Amino acid sequence: MYTQGLNQSVEDGGPEDTELLARFQAKIDREEKIEPNDWMPEAYRQTLIRQISQHAHSEVVGMLPEGNWLTRAPSLRRKAILLAKVQDEGGHGLYLYAAAETLGISRAEMVDRLLEGRARYSSIFNYPTITWADIGAVGWLVDGAAIMNQIPLCRCSYGPYARAMIRICKEESFHQRQGYEAISRLAQGTAAQKRMAQDALDRWWWPSLMMFGPSDAESSHTSRSMRWKIKRFTNDELRQKFVDATVPQARLIGLEPPDPELRRDEESGQWRFGEIDWNEFNEVLSGNGPCNRERIAARRRAHAEGAWVREAALAYARKRRGRRVVAAAAE
Amino acid sequence: MSDSDTRAENERDWPLFEVFIRARTGLHHRHCGSLHAADPEMALARARDVYTRRGEGTSIWVVASDRIYASDPADKDMLFEPAMSKIYRHPSFYDLPDDVENM
Repeated sequence: MYTQGLNQSVEDGGPEDTELLARFQAKIDREEKIEPNDWMPEAYRQTLIRQISQHAHSEVVGMLPEGNWLTRAPSLRRKAILLAKVQDEGGHGLYLYAAAETLGISRAEMVDRLLEGRARYSSIFNYPTITWADIGAVGWLVDGAAIMNQIPLCRCSYGPYARAMIRICKEESFHQRQGYEAISRLAQGTAAQKRMAQDALDRWWWPSLMMFGPSDAESSHTSRSMRWKIKRFTNDELRQKFVDATVPQARLIGLEPPDPELRRDEESGQWRFGEIDWNEFNEVLSGNGPCNRERIAARRRAHAEGAWVREAALAYARKRRGRRVVAAAAE
Repeated sequence: MSDSDTRAENERDWPLFEVFIRARTGLHHRHCGSLHAADPEMALARARDVYTRRGEGTSIWVVASDRIYASDPADKDMLFEPAMSKIYRHPSFYDLPDDVENM
Protein backbone atom coordinates (compact mmCIF):
# COMPACT_ATOMS: atom_id res chain seq x y z
CA MET A 1 0.00 0.00 0.00
CA TYR A 2 2.25 2.79 0.76
CA THR A 3 5.37 4.53 1.39
CA GLN A 4 6.19 7.64 3.17
CA GLY A 5 9.47 9.19 4.05
CA LEU A 6 10.74 9.16 0.53
CA ASN A 7 12.66 12.21 1.58
CA GLN A 8 14.34 10.83 4.56
CA SER A 9 17.77 9.48 4.01
CA VAL A 10 20.89 9.08 6.01
CA GLU A 11 23.75 11.51 5.99
CA ASP A 12 26.83 10.62 4.05
CA GLY A 13 29.16 8.42 6.02
CA GLY A 14 32.92 8.64 5.68
CA PRO A 15 34.74 9.40 2.46
CA GLU A 16 34.09 6.87 -0.27
CA ASP A 17 36.17 5.96 -3.26
CA THR A 18 35.45 8.70 -5.79
CA GLU A 19 36.13 6.43 -8.75
CA LEU A 20 33.65 3.80 -7.52
CA LEU A 21 31.16 6.55 -6.84
CA ALA A 22 31.53 7.95 -10.36
CA ARG A 23 31.08 4.48 -11.87
CA PHE A 24 28.01 3.90 -9.72
CA GLN A 25 26.43 7.20 -10.77
CA ALA A 26 27.25 6.55 -14.44
CA LYS A 27 25.47 3.21 -14.22
CA ILE A 28 22.38 4.89 -12.76
CA ASP A 29 22.49 7.60 -15.42
CA ARG A 30 22.47 4.87 -18.09
CA GLU A 31 19.28 3.51 -16.43
CA GLU A 32 21.04 0.28 -15.46
CA LYS A 33 19.76 -1.38 -12.30
CA ILE A 34 21.86 -1.75 -9.16
CA GLU A 35 21.75 -5.34 -7.91
CA PRO A 36 22.36 -6.65 -4.37
CA ASN A 37 26.02 -7.62 -4.70
CA ASP A 38 27.06 -4.54 -6.68
CA TRP A 39 29.08 -1.83 -5.01
CA MET A 40 26.91 1.02 -3.71
CA PRO A 41 27.52 4.07 -1.50
CA GLU A 42 26.67 3.43 2.13
CA ALA A 43 24.13 6.28 2.13
CA TYR A 44 22.33 4.70 -0.86
CA ARG A 45 22.15 1.38 1.01
CA GLN A 46 20.91 2.95 4.25
CA THR A 47 18.37 5.16 2.48
CA LEU A 48 16.93 2.13 0.72
CA ILE A 49 16.90 -0.02 3.85
CA ARG A 50 14.93 2.67 5.60
CA GLN A 51 12.57 3.36 2.73
CA ILE A 52 11.84 -0.25 1.79
CA SER A 53 11.42 -1.45 5.37
CA GLN A 54 9.08 1.44 6.16
CA HIS A 55 7.14 0.61 3.04
CA ALA A 56 6.91 -3.02 4.21
CA HIS A 57 5.78 -1.96 7.70
CA SER A 58 3.10 0.22 6.08
CA GLU A 59 1.72 -2.78 4.21
CA VAL A 60 1.58 -4.86 7.37
CA VAL A 61 0.17 -2.17 9.68
CA GLY A 62 -2.21 -1.24 6.85
CA MET A 63 -3.96 -4.58 7.33
CA LEU A 64 -5.25 -3.41 10.72
CA PRO A 65 -7.71 -0.61 9.79
CA GLU A 66 -9.23 -2.80 7.06
CA GLY A 67 -9.15 -5.98 9.10
CA ASN A 68 -11.40 -4.08 11.50
CA TRP A 69 -14.30 -4.54 9.04
CA LEU A 70 -13.69 -8.10 7.83
CA THR A 71 -16.32 -9.66 10.07
CA ARG A 72 -18.82 -6.87 9.48
CA ALA A 73 -18.70 -6.36 5.72
CA PRO A 74 -22.26 -5.73 4.47
CA SER A 75 -22.41 -8.68 2.06
CA LEU A 76 -20.57 -11.88 1.25
CA ARG A 77 -19.27 -10.29 -1.96
CA ARG A 78 -17.78 -7.34 -0.07
CA LYS A 79 -16.34 -9.66 2.55
CA ALA A 80 -14.60 -11.88 -0.03
CA ILE A 81 -13.17 -8.78 -1.75
CA LEU A 82 -11.93 -7.27 1.50
CA LEU A 83 -10.34 -10.57 2.57
CA ALA A 84 -8.50 -10.80 -0.75
CA LYS A 85 -7.31 -7.21 -0.42
CA VAL A 86 -6.07 -7.62 3.14
CA GLN A 87 -4.30 -10.83 2.13
CA ASP A 88 -2.63 -8.94 -0.72
CA GLU A 89 -1.35 -6.30 1.71
CA GLY A 90 0.27 -9.04 3.80
CA GLY A 91 1.88 -10.43 0.64
CA HIS A 92 3.11 -6.98 -0.35
CA GLY A 93 4.75 -6.60 3.05
CA LEU A 94 6.55 -9.90 2.46
CA TYR A 95 7.83 -8.96 -1.02
CA LEU A 96 9.17 -5.72 0.40
CA TYR A 97 10.82 -7.26 3.47
CA ALA A 98 12.55 -9.71 1.11
CA ALA A 99 13.77 -6.82 -1.07
CA ALA A 100 15.14 -4.98 1.99
CA GLU A 101 16.89 -8.14 3.20
CA THR A 102 19.00 -8.17 0.02
CA LEU A 103 20.66 -5.01 1.39
CA GLY A 104 22.01 -6.88 4.40
CA ILE A 105 19.44 -6.33 7.14
CA SER A 106 17.62 -9.28 8.72
CA ARG A 107 13.85 -9.64 8.92
CA ALA A 108 14.09 -9.95 12.71
CA GLU A 109 15.95 -6.64 12.94
CA MET A 110 13.32 -4.87 10.84
CA VAL A 111 10.50 -6.29 12.96
CA ASP A 112 12.33 -5.20 16.13
CA ARG A 113 12.66 -1.68 14.80
CA LEU A 114 8.94 -1.49 14.12
CA LEU A 115 7.87 -2.98 17.45
CA GLU A 116 10.27 -0.80 19.43
CA GLY A 117 9.05 2.34 17.67
CA ARG A 118 12.38 2.94 15.91
CA ALA A 119 10.89 2.60 12.41
CA ARG A 120 8.02 4.48 10.89
CA TYR A 121 5.11 3.38 8.76
CA SER A 122 2.76 5.54 6.75
CA SER A 123 0.96 8.10 8.93
CA ILE A 124 -2.35 7.29 7.23
CA PHE A 125 -2.78 4.02 9.14
CA ASN A 126 -3.02 5.88 12.40
CA TYR A 127 -6.55 6.99 11.54
CA PRO A 128 -9.54 4.84 12.54
CA THR A 129 -12.03 3.16 10.20
CA ILE A 130 -15.23 3.94 12.06
CA THR A 131 -17.88 3.25 9.40
CA TRP A 132 -18.21 0.91 6.42
CA ALA A 133 -17.82 3.94 4.12
CA ASP A 134 -14.29 4.32 5.49
CA ILE A 135 -13.37 1.03 3.85
CA GLY A 136 -14.48 2.47 0.51
CA ALA A 137 -12.55 5.69 1.19
CA VAL A 138 -9.40 3.77 2.14
CA GLY A 139 -9.41 1.78 -1.11
CA TRP A 140 -10.27 4.77 -3.26
CA LEU A 141 -8.09 7.46 -1.65
CA VAL A 142 -5.38 5.69 0.33
CA ASP A 143 -4.66 3.04 -2.27
CA GLY A 144 -5.11 5.65 -4.97
CA ALA A 145 -2.43 7.84 -3.37
CA ALA A 146 -0.23 4.79 -2.85
CA ILE A 147 -0.49 3.83 -6.52
CA MET A 148 0.54 7.37 -7.58
CA ASN A 149 3.65 6.91 -5.49
CA GLN A 150 4.35 3.33 -6.40
CA ILE A 151 4.14 3.49 -10.17
CA PRO A 152 7.33 5.58 -10.50
CA LEU A 153 9.00 3.25 -7.98
CA CYS A 154 8.69 0.44 -10.55
CA ARG A 155 11.58 2.24 -12.29
CA CYS A 156 13.63 2.69 -9.11
CA SER A 157 17.37 2.15 -9.65
CA TYR A 158 17.55 -0.69 -7.11
CA GLY A 159 16.58 -3.91 -8.91
CA PRO A 160 14.92 -5.91 -6.11
CA TYR A 161 12.79 -2.92 -5.04
CA ALA A 162 11.73 -2.16 -8.61
CA ARG A 163 10.76 -5.81 -9.20
CA ALA A 164 8.75 -5.95 -5.98
CA MET A 165 6.96 -2.74 -6.97
CA ILE A 166 6.00 -4.09 -10.40
CA ARG A 167 4.36 -7.07 -8.78
CA ILE A 168 2.64 -4.91 -6.17
CA CYS A 169 1.30 -2.40 -8.70
CA LYS A 170 -0.11 -5.21 -10.82
CA GLU A 171 -1.93 -6.71 -7.86
CA GLU A 172 -3.00 -3.41 -6.40
CA SER A 173 -4.94 -2.17 -9.38
CA PHE A 174 -8.09 -3.80 -8.06
CA HIS A 175 -7.70 -2.27 -4.61
CA GLN A 176 -8.57 1.24 -5.66
CA ARG A 177 -11.42 0.14 -7.91
CA GLN A 178 -13.13 -1.93 -5.24
CA GLY A 179 -12.95 1.03 -2.84
CA TYR A 180 -14.39 3.46 -5.34
CA GLU A 181 -17.14 0.99 -6.21
CA ALA A 182 -18.03 0.53 -2.53
CA ILE A 183 -18.21 4.25 -1.77
CA SER A 184 -20.08 4.97 -5.03
CA ARG A 185 -22.74 2.48 -4.01
CA LEU A 186 -23.24 4.37 -0.74
CA ALA A 187 -23.20 7.74 -2.51
CA GLN A 188 -26.06 6.51 -4.71
CA GLY A 189 -28.00 5.04 -1.77
CA THR A 190 -30.32 6.48 0.85
CA ALA A 191 -29.76 9.94 2.31
CA ALA A 192 -28.14 8.37 5.37
CA GLN A 193 -25.80 6.27 3.20
CA LYS A 194 -24.84 9.30 1.17
CA ARG A 195 -24.09 11.23 4.36
CA MET A 196 -21.91 8.36 5.49
CA ALA A 197 -19.97 8.44 2.21
CA GLN A 198 -19.46 12.21 2.39
CA ASP A 199 -18.38 11.94 6.02
CA ALA A 200 -15.75 9.35 5.07
CA LEU A 201 -14.41 11.61 2.31
CA ASP A 202 -14.37 14.54 4.78
CA ARG A 203 -12.21 12.60 7.19
CA TRP A 204 -9.85 10.83 4.70
CA TRP A 205 -9.24 13.60 2.19
CA TRP A 206 -6.57 15.62 4.03
CA PRO A 207 -4.73 12.65 5.56
CA SER A 208 -4.54 11.17 2.02
CA LEU A 209 -2.90 14.35 0.71
CA MET A 210 -0.42 14.14 3.59
CA MET A 211 0.63 10.67 2.44
CA PHE A 212 2.87 12.26 -0.19
CA GLY A 213 5.04 13.68 2.57
CA PRO A 214 6.19 17.23 3.33
CA SER A 215 6.13 19.90 0.64
CA ASP A 216 9.16 20.15 -1.65
CA ALA A 217 10.36 23.27 0.15
CA GLU A 218 10.66 21.21 3.34
CA SER A 219 12.20 18.05 1.94
CA SER A 220 15.93 18.29 2.10
CA HIS A 221 16.95 14.97 0.55
CA THR A 222 14.80 15.03 -2.54
CA SER A 223 17.59 16.05 -4.89
CA ARG A 224 19.92 13.24 -3.87
CA SER A 225 17.18 10.61 -4.06
CA MET A 226 16.30 11.93 -7.51
CA ARG A 227 19.93 11.84 -8.61
CA TRP A 228 20.09 8.21 -7.47
CA LYS A 229 16.77 7.50 -9.19
CA ILE A 230 15.21 6.16 -6.04
CA LYS A 231 12.64 8.88 -6.51
CA ARG A 232 11.41 10.14 -9.89
CA PHE A 233 8.93 12.86 -8.94
CA THR A 234 8.83 15.27 -6.03
CA ASN A 235 6.21 15.02 -3.28
CA ASP A 236 4.32 18.07 -4.55
CA GLU A 237 4.26 16.79 -8.14
CA LEU A 238 2.74 13.49 -7.06
CA ARG A 239 0.26 15.20 -4.72
CA GLN A 240 -0.91 17.43 -7.55
CA LYS A 241 -1.38 14.44 -9.86
CA PHE A 242 -3.47 12.75 -7.19
CA VAL A 243 -5.70 15.78 -6.62
CA ASP A 244 -6.18 16.23 -10.38
CA ALA A 245 -7.23 12.61 -10.76
CA THR A 246 -9.42 12.42 -7.66
CA VAL A 247 -11.52 15.59 -7.64
CA PRO A 248 -13.45 14.63 -10.81
CA GLN A 249 -13.96 11.11 -9.43
CA ALA A 250 -15.55 12.56 -6.29
CA ARG A 251 -17.84 14.91 -8.18
CA LEU A 252 -18.89 12.15 -10.55
CA ILE A 253 -20.53 10.32 -7.65
CA GLY A 254 -21.93 13.46 -6.04
CA LEU A 255 -19.33 13.88 -3.29
CA GLU A 256 -17.27 16.98 -2.54
CA PRO A 257 -13.74 17.14 -1.08
CA PRO A 258 -13.76 19.17 2.17
CA ASP A 259 -11.77 22.10 0.83
CA PRO A 260 -13.48 25.50 0.26
CA GLU A 261 -10.42 26.73 -1.66
CA LEU A 262 -10.57 23.96 -4.24
CA ARG A 263 -10.84 25.43 -7.74
CA ARG A 264 -9.77 24.50 -11.22
CA ASP A 265 -7.02 26.57 -12.78
CA GLU A 266 -8.28 27.08 -16.33
CA GLU A 267 -4.87 27.65 -17.81
CA SER A 268 -3.09 24.53 -16.54
CA GLY A 269 -6.21 22.42 -16.04
CA GLN A 270 -4.91 21.59 -12.56
CA TRP A 271 -6.88 21.74 -9.33
CA ARG A 272 -5.63 24.31 -6.81
CA PHE A 273 -6.19 23.24 -3.21
CA GLY A 274 -5.95 24.80 0.23
CA GLU A 275 -3.11 24.63 2.73
CA ILE A 276 -2.45 21.25 4.34
CA ASP A 277 -2.42 21.23 8.14
CA TRP A 278 1.20 20.20 8.64
CA ASN A 279 0.84 20.39 12.40
CA GLU A 280 -1.56 17.49 12.25
CA PHE A 281 0.85 15.57 10.01
CA ASN A 282 3.75 16.14 12.41
CA GLU A 283 1.65 15.18 15.40
CA VAL A 284 0.64 11.88 13.79
CA LEU A 285 4.23 11.17 12.73
CA SER A 286 5.51 11.81 16.22
CA GLY A 287 3.11 9.26 17.67
CA ASN A 288 0.07 11.34 18.60
CA GLY A 289 -2.40 10.35 15.92
CA PRO A 290 -5.75 8.81 16.87
CA CYS A 291 -4.52 5.19 16.65
CA ASN A 292 -0.70 5.14 16.89
CA ARG A 293 -0.61 3.32 20.22
CA GLU A 294 -3.35 0.90 19.24
CA ARG A 295 -1.57 -0.08 16.00
CA ILE A 296 1.78 -0.80 17.62
CA ALA A 297 0.11 -2.61 20.50
CA ALA A 298 -1.70 -4.85 17.98
CA ARG A 299 1.56 -5.66 16.15
CA ARG A 300 3.37 -6.39 19.43
CA ARG A 301 0.58 -8.65 20.60
CA ALA A 302 0.52 -10.56 17.30
CA HIS A 303 4.30 -10.99 17.40
CA ALA A 304 4.32 -12.17 21.02
CA GLU A 305 1.37 -14.51 20.57
CA GLY A 306 2.99 -16.00 17.48
CA ALA A 307 6.30 -16.78 19.22
CA TRP A 308 5.31 -20.34 20.11
CA VAL A 309 4.29 -21.03 16.48
CA ARG A 310 7.67 -19.90 15.18
CA GLU A 311 9.48 -22.04 17.75
CA ALA A 312 7.26 -25.08 17.20
CA ALA A 313 7.74 -24.94 13.43
CA LEU A 314 11.51 -24.98 13.86
CA ALA A 315 11.35 -27.84 16.39
CA TYR A 316 9.14 -29.83 14.02
CA ALA A 317 11.49 -29.19 11.09
CA ARG A 318 14.40 -30.38 13.22
CA LYS A 319 12.56 -33.54 14.24
CA ARG A 320 11.65 -34.40 10.66
CA ARG A 321 15.19 -33.81 9.47
CA GLY A 322 16.44 -36.11 12.23
CA ARG A 323 14.03 -38.85 11.11
CA ARG A 324 15.17 -38.54 7.52
CA VAL A 325 18.80 -38.94 8.60
CA VAL A 326 17.91 -42.06 10.61
CA ALA A 327 15.90 -43.50 7.70
CA ALA A 328 18.75 -42.82 5.26
CA ALA A 329 21.24 -44.53 7.60
CA ALA A 330 19.01 -47.61 7.83
CA GLU A 331 18.88 -48.10 4.06
CA MET B 1 22.51 -31.75 10.23
CA SER B 2 24.62 -29.78 7.78
CA ASP B 3 26.60 -26.66 8.62
CA SER B 4 24.11 -24.47 6.84
CA ASP B 5 21.24 -25.85 8.92
CA THR B 6 23.09 -25.12 12.13
CA ARG B 7 23.93 -21.64 10.99
CA ALA B 8 20.36 -20.82 10.06
CA GLU B 9 18.98 -22.02 13.36
CA ASN B 10 21.38 -19.95 15.35
CA GLU B 11 19.83 -16.88 13.82
CA ARG B 12 16.46 -15.49 14.78
CA ASP B 13 14.84 -15.76 11.37
CA TRP B 14 13.67 -18.94 9.75
CA PRO B 15 15.99 -20.03 6.90
CA LEU B 16 15.65 -18.23 3.58
CA PHE B 17 14.40 -20.02 0.44
CA GLU B 18 14.37 -18.88 -3.17
CA VAL B 19 11.13 -19.51 -5.05
CA PHE B 20 10.85 -20.58 -8.70
CA ILE B 21 7.49 -20.78 -10.46
CA ARG B 22 6.49 -22.43 -13.72
CA ALA B 23 3.65 -20.38 -15.19
CA ARG B 24 2.48 -23.24 -17.40
CA THR B 25 3.87 -26.44 -18.84
CA GLY B 26 6.32 -25.85 -21.65
CA LEU B 27 8.01 -22.97 -19.82
CA HIS B 28 11.01 -22.93 -17.50
CA HIS B 29 10.60 -22.44 -13.79
CA ARG B 30 11.49 -18.82 -13.21
CA HIS B 31 12.84 -17.11 -10.11
CA CYS B 32 10.14 -14.91 -8.59
CA GLY B 33 11.33 -14.05 -5.10
CA SER B 34 12.24 -15.42 -1.71
CA LEU B 35 10.70 -16.18 1.66
CA HIS B 36 11.51 -17.52 5.12
CA ALA B 37 10.29 -20.95 6.23
CA ALA B 38 11.20 -23.53 8.85
CA ASP B 39 11.63 -26.31 6.28
CA PRO B 40 11.15 -27.00 2.54
CA GLU B 41 7.58 -28.25 3.00
CA MET B 42 6.58 -25.04 4.71
CA ALA B 43 8.45 -23.00 2.10
CA LEU B 44 6.36 -24.67 -0.60
CA ALA B 45 3.09 -23.97 1.22
CA ARG B 46 4.03 -20.34 1.81
CA ALA B 47 5.23 -19.89 -1.76
CA ARG B 48 1.79 -20.95 -2.93
CA ASP B 49 0.15 -18.30 -0.72
CA VAL B 50 2.64 -15.52 -1.39
CA TYR B 51 3.39 -15.94 -5.09
CA THR B 52 0.44 -17.69 -6.75
CA ARG B 53 -2.67 -15.89 -5.52
CA ARG B 54 -3.77 -15.13 -9.09
CA GLY B 55 -3.08 -18.36 -10.90
CA GLU B 56 0.54 -17.50 -11.71
CA GLY B 57 1.79 -21.05 -11.46
CA THR B 58 1.36 -24.74 -12.18
CA SER B 59 4.52 -25.86 -10.40
CA ILE B 60 6.80 -24.48 -7.66
CA TRP B 61 10.44 -25.16 -6.76
CA VAL B 62 11.93 -23.92 -3.51
CA VAL B 63 15.68 -23.96 -2.90
CA ALA B 64 17.49 -23.05 0.32
CA SER B 65 19.19 -19.75 -0.54
CA ASP B 66 22.49 -20.77 1.00
CA ARG B 67 22.69 -23.75 -1.35
CA ILE B 68 23.00 -21.47 -4.37
CA TYR B 69 26.57 -20.92 -5.50
CA ALA B 70 26.70 -17.74 -7.55
CA SER B 71 29.22 -15.88 -9.67
CA ASP B 72 30.77 -12.78 -8.13
CA PRO B 73 29.75 -9.51 -9.84
CA ALA B 74 33.41 -8.47 -9.62
CA ASP B 75 34.26 -11.35 -11.98
CA LYS B 76 31.79 -10.19 -14.59
CA ASP B 77 34.37 -9.02 -17.13
CA MET B 78 36.61 -12.03 -16.73
CA LEU B 79 33.70 -14.44 -17.12
CA PHE B 80 31.62 -12.84 -19.84
CA GLU B 81 33.84 -10.49 -21.80
CA PRO B 82 35.48 -13.31 -23.83
CA ALA B 83 32.09 -14.11 -25.41
CA MET B 84 31.67 -10.54 -26.67
CA SER B 85 34.45 -10.76 -29.28
CA LYS B 86 33.27 -14.02 -30.89
CA ILE B 87 30.71 -12.68 -33.27
CA TYR B 88 31.26 -15.67 -35.60
CA ARG B 89 29.11 -17.62 -33.13
CA HIS B 90 26.07 -15.80 -34.49
CA PRO B 91 24.44 -16.69 -37.82
CA SER B 92 24.37 -13.08 -38.98
CA PHE B 93 28.19 -13.12 -39.20
CA TYR B 94 28.17 -15.13 -42.43
CA ASP B 95 27.90 -13.84 -46.01
CA LEU B 96 25.69 -15.94 -48.23
CA PRO B 97 24.75 -15.48 -51.87
CA ASP B 98 21.43 -13.62 -52.17
CA ASP B 99 19.93 -16.57 -54.01
CA VAL B 100 20.10 -18.72 -50.91
CA GLU B 101 16.81 -17.84 -49.33
CA ASN B 102 16.52 -19.84 -46.17
CA MET B 103 19.44 -21.25 -44.28
